[in-house]
Amino acid sequence: MSRARAPKTCLRGLFQYAKSGVKRVAENTSSSASIEAVERSLASAGYIASRQIATAVYLAEKIEKPILVEGPAGVGKTELAKAIAASRGLEMIRMQCYEGLDEAKALYEWKYAKQLLYTQILKDKLGEVLGGADTLAKALDQLHDFGDVFFSKEFVEPRPLLRALEQPMGCVLLIDEIDKSDAEFESLLLEILSDFQVTIPELGTVVAIVPPTVILTSNGERDLGDALKRRCLHLHIGFPEPKLEERIVETRVPGVSATLRKQLVGFVNQVRTLDLKKLPSVSETIDWAKVLVLLGASELGHEMVKDTLNVLLKYEGDIEATLPQVSGFVAKADRQGVFG
Amino acid sequence: MRDTLHRFFRAARGAGVRISPAESIDAMRAAAEVGPADRAILRDALLLTMAKSGEEKAALAACFDTFFTHPDFDAPSAANDDDETGEGASESGTDAAAGTASVQASTELGSLAQMLLAQDRAAIAAALSNASNAAGLTDIRVFTQRGLFASRVLEQLGIAQLRDDIDALTTRNPADAERLATALRSLRETVSEMVAQALLLYGREEKEALRNEILRNAPMARLEQRQIAQMRVLIRQIARRLRERFSKPRKRQRRGHLDVRRTIRRNAAWGGVPFMTAWKRRHRDKPKIVAICDVSGSVAQVSDFFLLLIHSLHEVVSDVRSFAFSGNLIEVSEVLEKNKPEEAMKQIMSSVGYGSSDYGRSFVDFERGFMSAITAQTTVIVLGDARSNNLDPRADILRRIGERSKRLVWLNPEGRMGWGFGDSEMPRYATFCNVVRQCATAQQLERAVADIVATYQ
Repeated sequence: MSRARAPKTCLRGLFQYAKSGVKRVAENTSSSASIEAVERSLASAGYIASRQIATAVYLAEKIEKPILVEGPAGVGKTELAKAIAASRGLEMIRMQCYEGLDEAKALYEWKYAKQLLYTQILKDKLGEVLGGADTLAKALDQLHDFGDVFFSKEFVEPRPLLRALEQPMGCVLLIDEIDKSDAEFESLLLEILSDFQVTIPELGTVVAIVPPTVILTSNGERDLGDALKRRCLHLHIGFPEPKLEERIVETRVPGVSATLRKQLVGFVNQVRTLDLKKLPSVSETIDWAKVLVLLGASELGHEMVKDTLNVLLKYEGDIEATLPQVSGFVAKADRQGVFG
Repeated sequence: MRDTLHRFFRAARGAGVRISPAESIDAMRAAAEVGPADRAILRDALLLTMAKSGEEKAALAACFDTFFTHPDFDAPSAANDDDETGEGASESGTDAAAGTASVQASTELGSLAQMLLAQDRAAIAAALSNASNAAGLTDIRVFTQRGLFASRVLEQLGIAQLRDDIDALTTRNPADAERLATALRSLRETVSEMVAQALLLYGREEKEALRNEILRNAPMARLEQRQIAQMRVLIRQIARRLRERFSKPRKRQRRGHLDVRRTIRRNAAWGGVPFMTAWKRRHRDKPKIVAICDVSGSVAQVSDFFLLLIHSLHEVVSDVRSFAFSGNLIEVSEVLEKNKPEEAMKQIMSSVGYGSSDYGRSFVDFERGFMSAITAQTTVIVLGDARSNNLDPRADILRRIGERSKRLVWLNPEGRMGWGFGDSEMPRYATFCNVVRQCATAQQLERAVADIVATYQ
């Protein structure tokens, strides 16, 4: 109901903005304040969001659209969904996509075996059920009462997508790595993404009790269809600014000293300027920080970096390309630590 | 606000961002939600709702910045006034005093003149945007219309009245007249800047469509340096189109006969009653392509575009091996996969390019080294003008290549009229090829590649 009304209110909203200057200021401070509130609540769930991410989350809630998150591996696409769920106290339903994923695994499965069992029971009881009826018409009437039993929710095994629609409190639905699934699967998603409903041939249309917050993630392995993209807010998360990354490391690895944090973030940022097969992302930075804390490091040293470089880089070739540069990078990170 | 957004959508379409009505509704809702006060947030919101890829994001961000920077009206402001008063030996004290004095004096002037004299920037900006709306500035398409639109905007602003005012003032109050004349000059500059910006925003769409149309039909071998970069963009668009066309609807067509054995096994749990059916899948290969490209002289440019196209078709074509030759032949697949297209081509040209072509020797090289690359599923594409400088063409090797492969396609950048004249060996080679086509323009290239891929579907 409320969704149907939304566009009109919005248009009216636009006129109001145009007309009254006083109200405009009031409304806008509230919108930027609520974006900051989103930022804070994500932070309380351990996710340091940039302004852009917070805006996306805020808009997704306000205009009820899914967010399609793209970006390199390990920048916190999946984490974002978890953080939204945690900050709102909702359940997160996760659906991992892979090649060959179909509706039986994603949406629902029809339990034929159970239905078969019921049929056989009914066959035995048929005499009892129809016992009272003397005419064919009456017998058919009585049978019709049973008819619905055979196409009821009894026989539907809900899978993640259907489960997400059936949550009474709403939920966060994470459709992870959508680019790994087949193109057909995308089309299956369209109805859910735009109307928050699915059509099951045996049952009819199931509408969400409370529209779930949907997050789709993609590594850009293949181009997604325009129809899917059109239904989503498109958010690109890249590597964070050094300042932001420091804050992320600070929340995720509390044991790290301030100087080490600055140095290691500076170092990682320089590694990212190299031409590598897989650039280290935020998750690698966090892992590396954890390792350094475990080893009891208080400052970044050449030897220590060389020994632990395999945490940061995942390919032999990448490590070989980086090793000769380590000394220079450490020195530079040191200087940045002093002056920055 | 609504009109502004509508104009912004048009500008964004001009910048190459595809925006459907649904997206524009979303953008409107988002904009209403966040409001126009904080420009950074509004920008984020519009980027989120309208742009659907990294490239589009960049284009839209640039468009947003151009669109929402209004050419500021440089009123004869403090700095200018200082100069004048400096010359006049500080007769009028401060700017403020001068301003109030002239406003009092100018009550009988037209509204534009009053605004200019009072240096009311906000009012002037409002008048400018009203005038540009009234003049229909968003309809500007080509650069020759600049003068026309500029004079229309000035007319809407009331320039006639302003001229009369200046004339009237020259006798009564020369100082104010002088100030107004300066203001008029900078007003003209502002308007022409505004028109130029509008042209940048709204004129782009049709210009690009026209340019692409010309480019599609231009001979690829004779492009200017400037056009080569544009052609690369065009080739990428073609690759994208081919990918979309050929990579998706594969699965359903592949369903073959009922697989009886697997069906019985799968339904054993229900006493052999076949609830779930299992189907055989018809085996279908993705295209395997071996491309042999002449990179001598005039054919090189065409080969460049062809290789770029073939190597951007990853989703459609599973396996591409490319070879380049002029005097001799080398494999270039790896160079093309690992480097950016411009650098890859430079490397290829420095190792085999620019020689005089020897088809015979190059085919010998191929047979000796790479014949095993050709299987019964491979399509072999030879791109070249078949001008072998009167050396032995070795058509027998081409025959063997044709026999080993699924199809042998020859793409020749020369027109059919030239085949067989001079040192062209095309007729001799053509007998062993399944298909021979001319391939001089981007459009012909697209059709040729589409046909090759389509034979596998």
